[in-house]
Amino acid sequence: MAQESGIRVLIAKVGLDGHDRGVKIVARTLRDAGMDVIYTGLHRTPEEVVEAAVQEDVDVIGVSILSGAHMTVFPRILNSLKERGADDILVVGGGVIPDDEVRQLKTIGVKEILLQDTPPDAIVEMVRRIVAERGAR
Amino acid sequence: MAYIPSLQLVPRALNGDLRAIARLLTRAETGTGESRAALDEMFRRAGRAHIVGITGVPGSGKSTLVAKLAATLRTTGRRIAIVAIDPSSPFSGGSILGDRIRMGDLAGDPGVYVRSMATRGAMGGLASGTLEAVDVLDAAGYDVVIIETVGVGQDEVDVARAAHTTVVVSAPGLGDDIQAIKAGILEIADVHVVSKCDKPDANRTIADLKGMLALGLSMAPPPAPGRERWVAPVVATASLRDEGIGELAAAIDRHHRFLDTSGEIDARRKAINERRMLKACEEILRREFERHQNAKVSGLLQQIDARSLSPHAAAGKLLAQMHIEMHSGDNG
Repeated sequence: MAQESGIRVLIAKVGLDGHDRGVKIVARTLRDAGMDVIYTGLHRTPEEVVEAAVQEDVDVIGVSILSGAHMTVFPRILNSLKERGADDILVVGGGVIPDDEVRQLKTIGVKEILLQDTPPDAIVEMVRRIVAERGAR
Repeated sequence: MAYIPSLQLVPRALNGDLRAIARLLTRAETGTGESRAALDEMFRRAGRAHIVGITGVPGSGKSTLVAKLAATLRTTGRRIAIVAIDPSSPFSGGSILGDRIRMGDLAGDPGVYVRSMATRGAMGGLASGTLEAVDVLDAAGYDVVIIETVGVGQDEVDVARAAHTTVVVSAPGLGDDIQAIKAGILEIADVHVVSKCDKPDANRTIADLKGMLALGLSMAPPPAPGRERWVAPVVATASLRDEGIGELAAAIDRHHRFLDTSGEIDARRKAINERRMLKACEEILRREFERHQNAKVSGLLQQIDARSLSPHAAAGKLLAQMHIEMHSGDNG
């Protein structure tokens, strides 16, 4: 069977944000690109997401945020990854986020931010690219 | 964590290093040649855990039940690992592994490890690296390893040759007493669960199952002298109301004790190992087949196409050639 990528991605929704249509589409898109996608469901804390990512040994954490809490959630995820010695796991954000905050998030270590107009193919390409750049592990 | 060779992960995993355990599980899942020696070492260190298989049709409530069961077993201080299997796409090879969605309540407990696995084309309800993954978790010190199969049909029964105790989950409203006497999945249960017992037609499902079991008992040969017989109990659960979970945990523990006191555990272990060896043979054979695809296999295929050789005879020839090659030391 085609298992070309072997890429594992954890997709999560964090906090009080029940808008999960987008995250399901992303999960489906990555599945159709041959990746294993672990979906945590709604209302997770940043620390729970990191714990799951460590147990699942994922390459990428993708957090969908449409609640506006991104400037709180992403720093907590990045810190928790550092505390667990797991900051090689790449963090990607998705949602509606202002441009200047996109820049800030990238400065503190979020690998990529995908905004609301990102086509599915671009998501797949981005995940493949950042995992390839990170190298084998 | 940068790249670390599998053998160097072994001592770290045995010390309970979560990232090392996680990485070894990934290697078990992908089945790289590099990890073989490390996984063999974990196998040698394993053998202490009670392996519990949970199976049932899709949507029967396995994940929710497993989460509740794990939390209940934790109250005795035992450390619990869960291997939750979901299907891979037959088209893309990708998967959406959603069992964790139901297991949110287990988050934050360092005594619980949850790992999702995709079937990667394996049939029978398990993923191909499942038992290596169980070895890793067993050797890393988890006392109970729960395998949650994919949602199965009527005859995906591999879990019974992977677990010491098999729990079959039936949901109300999916069939009558004739379904209950059919061959297949219901036969492998050491413990039956009827889930979602807060639904009105649950009593019917419980009655059908009990009727089936009573029928089986009256026709089964008596146990050997001095041996007791295990009678699979039917446990009614309603996970969302926390009903029946304690009874299920008790039934699983009782079966574990029965295996030990009756000596049945040896037969189970042997059956598990036998199946693993057979699966390993299949895997080696498939790999060899693919390796010879262009040369020997395609030559034989031409003869089959011309009907001068049957597929069965061609397989015999190919195996004979592989055998010669392996014994001349040229096995790549």
